Amino acid sequence: MEALLAIAIGALVAAAVYLMLARNVLRFIFGLVLISNAANLIIFTGGRLTEGVPPLIPEGANLPAADAANALPQALVLTAIVIGFGLFAFALVLIFRAYTTLGTLNSEEMRVAEPKGDPLL
Amino acid sequence: MSWTLTLPLVLPFLTAVAAFLLRANPAGRWVSVVGSALLLIAAGSLMLETLRAGVVVGQMGNWPAPFGITLVADLLSAIMVVITAITALAVSVYALADIDRRMEMLGYHALFNVLIAGVVGAFLTGDLFNLYVWFEVMLISSFGLLILGGRKEQIDGGIKYVTLNLVSTILFLSGIGLLYGMTGTLNLADLSLAVEEVENKGLLTVVAVMFMIAFGVKAALFPLFFWLPAAYHTPAFSVSAVFAGLLTKVGVYALIRMFTLVFDHDIGFTHEILLWVAALTMITGVLGAAAQSDFRKILSFHIVSQIGYMILGLALYTPLALVGAVFYLVHHIVVKANLFLIAGIAQRLTGSTELSRIGGLYKSAPLLAVLFLIPAFSLAGFPPLSGFWAKYVLVQATLEVEAWILAGVALAVGLLTIYSMTKIWAEAFWKKHPEGIDPTPDKLDGPTRAALLLPVGFLATLTIIIGFFPQPFVALAEASAAQLLDPTAYVTAVLGGSE
Repeated sequence: MEALLAIAIGALVAAAVYLMLARNVLRFIFGLVLISNAANLIIFTGGRLTEGVPPLIPEGANLPAADAANALPQALVLTAIVIGFGLFAFALVLIFRAYTTLGTLNSEEMRVAEPKGDPLL
Repeated sequence: MSWTLTLPLVLPFLTAVAAFLLRANPAGRWVSVVGSALLLIAAGSLMLETLRAGVVVGQMGNWPAPFGITLVADLLSAIMVVITAITALAVSVYALADIDRRMEMLGYHALFNVLIAGVVGAFLTGDLFNLYVWFEVMLISSFGLLILGGRKEQIDGGIKYVTLNLVSTILFLSGIGLLYGMTGTLNLADLSLAVEEVENKGLLTVVAVMFMIAFGVKAALFPLFFWLPAAYHTPAFSVSAVFAGLLTKVGVYALIRMFTLVFDHDIGFTHEILLWVAALTMITGVLGAAAQSDFRKILSFHIVSQIGYMILGLALYTPLALVGAVFYLVHHIVVKANLFLIAGIAQRLTGSTELSRIGGLYKSAPLLAVLFLIPAFSLAGFPPLSGFWAKYVLVQATLEVEAWILAGVALAVGLLTIYSMTKIWAEAFWKKHPEGIDPTPDKLDGPTRAALLLPVGFLATLTIIIGFFPQPFVALAEASAAQLLDPTAYVTAVLGGSE
């Protein structure tokens, strides 16, 4: 199961990097969504995968069963998803705004803050 | 739960809520000033507590470490919180005159205070995932501040700032996942013990490099700094001052924390990389600044070059070098925020920040000229200002380990810094205004002038105080460096005694 997830993470990262190398910033953002999901899966897999043992404490006991699933990575991933969603929404609006004010989605043509004549650039 | 530890976090959030509710009220802008003043008091009491106890620890929700979220203030954290509060106070006074009605209505003051809360949180947390959350709090409010107003170049700079910072965030998050997978803990103190038991040191080094890149983007290290000069000259002056003072320094702080407390297993490899990155950061930053001709763009590139000095201190990893790094952090925040504030006044008076289009400030505004000279010379390292001592300690540290090339680089970059500062001086202050405008400050009304000049004067005074009486500050930096190099006290305070 771990191997399968590792391959999935690798595929996600590869696709994301491919998208993020594009000059179109919209494609870049789509790449970012993919790679942030890859990061979430890394945390999930990092917490070890267990099958069919929910982390519940049986009545009378103080601890969950020894081979119970690890609940912490899921809490972390949940937090990361929420934060990532907020950032994604912001980035999308920003890109829409950039499209309306700058008239382009091509990052090469976004030269208002750093004009072409600028040294070093 | 210790209130001295949570107050510096709670106050900016409360201020943000109050500022948001009062954003339509002209009195609302004072909320920020009062909030920052209270934050400074809270930070001061935390500093005193830390000086008394060494390391102040609070377990949130009374969950014992490493199960809950821990807040920790060692000397470095306390110093950083105090300097954050000082910057916040100066900038919020400056914002009284700098931020117009429209930006206030859009919620400038609320965003500003959330940003401060994020910065303080990042300094105080003792938990790796919590550090990620504070980074996000800081990031999302800085996005808002950066593009508030919505001018073309702000959107343009914003795109680069947002995208590159999000990439670094993803790397940070992946690093957390991998580190958790290897050690099973996220508490920094616990991690510092747990990494010693990791068998696969090679994998640990890979994760260390992931963190180095993630924080390197935030701290604007070579070759990851390109978002900074693309964005920092676009927003309102108060915003760029607080960004210049604090945001990159959170990255530096995170690097110092992680690479003294957790990743110290293979210093020969990781810190060697940092050493060369530091040298290249110093050189590219200062050369970039030399090529620029805009007040704020020059200053932005200088942030990059100065970050190099701090990382040099971390990378050398000797007691003296870390003293230099901590001292440099404090000195740099005060000086850099001040220079950006001065750039704002210069723009008010002369109408631009493009150096070829302004001039005549020395003749018509001599007070401003003096106030510029203090941080500018301090940045370049003139004795007896604060920058001199910071550079002196660092260069001495490089000589101590016989790193002659690095010492040469540090000194040469100092010289080139003087070149940039004299360029600003000659263009903006010395020569006549090309369009014949006489930039007298009398054109501004009294309260505006006071709000603009008071924070500048305050920060310049601080620079002079650190310069003339460096002894207590160096002693503090020494104590903090000792804590960093021997984290036993930190670890036992977090894991041993819970309240």
